[in-house]
Amino acid sequence: MASELRETIPTFGQKQAADERAGQVDLANWSALSNASFAKSWAEAAVIALVAVIIVGGAELAVILFDIKPYIFPRPSAIATALVTNFPTLFWPHVQVTLYELFVGFGIGAAVGLMLAAVITQFPFVEKVITPYILLLVTTPMIALVPLLILNLGFTSTPRIIAVALASGPMVMINSATGFRRTDLAKIALARSYGASTFQIFMKVRFPLALPMIIVGLMVGAIFGLLTAVGAEMVGGKDGLGNQLMFWSSMVRMENFYAIIALLAIIGVSIYIAFYWIGKKWASWQA
Amino acid sequence: MIHSQAGVVDSSRHAPEPGRRPLPSVKMTVDHATKAYKTASGAVHALDDLSLEIGDGEFVCIVGPSGCGKSTLLWAMSGLHDLTRGSVSLDNVPVTGPRSEIGMIFQDANLLPWRNLWQNIHFPFEIKRINPKPYAGRVRELIAEVGLTGFETKMPRELSGGMQQRASIVRCLSYDPAVILMDEPFGALDAFTRDEMNLLIQKIWMETGKTIIFVTHNVSEAIFLADRVVVLTPRPGRLAHIFPINLPRPRTIEMTFTPEFIARVIEIKTTIETGRFAGAEPPAPAVAPG
Repeated sequence: MASELRETIPTFGQKQAADERAGQVDLANWSALSNASFAKSWAEAAVIALVAVIIVGGAELAVILFDIKPYIFPRPSAIATALVTNFPTLFWPHVQVTLYELFVGFGIGAAVGLMLAAVITQFPFVEKVITPYILLLVTTPMIALVPLLILNLGFTSTPRIIAVALASGPMVMINSATGFRRTDLAKIALARSYGASTFQIFMKVRFPLALPMIIVGLMVGAIFGLLTAVGAEMVGGKDGLGNQLMFWSSMVRMENFYAIIALLAIIGVSIYIAFYWIGKKWASWQA
Repeated sequence: MIHSQAGVVDSSRHAPEPGRRPLPSVKMTVDHATKAYKTASGAVHALDDLSLEIGDGEFVCIVGPSGCGKSTLLWAMSGLHDLTRGSVSLDNVPVTGPRSEIGMIFQDANLLPWRNLWQNIHFPFEIKRINPKPYAGRVRELIAEVGLTGFETKMPRELSGGMQQRASIVRCLSYDPAVILMDEPFGALDAFTRDEMNLLIQKIWMETGKTIIFVTHNVSEAIFLADRVVVLTPRPGRLAHIFPINLPRPRTIEMTFTPEFIARVIEIKTTIETGRFAGAEPPAPAVAPG
């Protein structure tokens, strides 16, 4: 800490001014998700990999040394074997089901949420009226609606897709609305001085300005969607990765159970990486 | 068409000692401009019955105490703000909204941070839906002139404040407006960069013959640049005095250290502080009556 301070060029006054200016635009950094720090060198990456090896190897050793029963925790090597051998036959169809629900549900939810955010932020009164209800949707776990939806729609993908849309849509909306609300009057005046129409101002100033927040909203919404999809599958039905978690634990086939969890982790991390790169490409001007 | 008008003025400007040259035709008129803003804490009277005529190809600086309505005046001239009473006209046509003959340069460059320099310069073309192809050569020349060649693909945050403001000057000149309004463009820059920018603006003005109206709170900057310095009173902004500046052009930074220059600075600063001109100089020309 102290050494860091000593190595910093003492331009606090200027830096503060820059930070203040940035503060007007820099709302997207509230989310730790959008600016997590990553390995910057091979050495750092090697240390991260080493930690993984120690954890997995340690677990393997602990299971053998303390004779932990497979129904409590199987050996990591057994989980890996189950994952590789059962993936094409037993797991892949369920991965497809879950991804289908996630993509369709998230697609609908995100599209509606984004459009709603773009429209309501143009009308402050409407926004004030709608926001409490959107907050209600964000904070209420949408999995709670799944039994009701199943009752009406049966054990199909439809109730799950609706739940995913309801979980991700408001999340996308509330973040995007925050983005659309950051109006930089000087930049709008700039566009207006060239005779820009309201639509041009939206497309060329307000939307790009909101984009970092929209991307954060999409990322959080997609992860919420995955959560809800898996939860909804656990409630009822005959397929999907959530259903498989219930199935393999009831069979006490814990190596398959943990293999499914590994698959879910891979899907979750993939979502994160996808949006991280989208953000890097389209919103890196903010960094 | 814009250039042909400006060209006439240009020839007189290169005379080594222009003296008080005959005023060219009137380009812009501000007629009895009054502006009151409605705010939460009541009405703010920013401008009061201000009239002004700007000659074609003239460089006019507007100075005054802070909050005197200089920016309000400029924004009204650009068509971005309406006046409560009075009117602004350009070439005898009332300005009721943004006009393509008027270019605006803002405080802090005002580049779009998600566009690189080249894309920022093309922003006006996109908004106006003009094909930038015929202008490409001119844009490249301008970029070279302000010394930004090679920085076209840089993002604004990778450029210094001076470079950003130079890019915004190119952005404004790229589509060739006849009138350029500048709202404290160099207020955020350090003294050295500011001198550099003032020399650049003078050069561009002398080469292009644009009409420039420049708002600043820096009196020496105003004297350095202007044909006439317009001083406004504290809020509500009225015309305190107009000072013609007859220093030869091109002006140099060294000129700002001469006793005559400093005398002008003192004269204008006193006028700003007292709100009226106490000197013996005859009334400046080209003030619209009333």
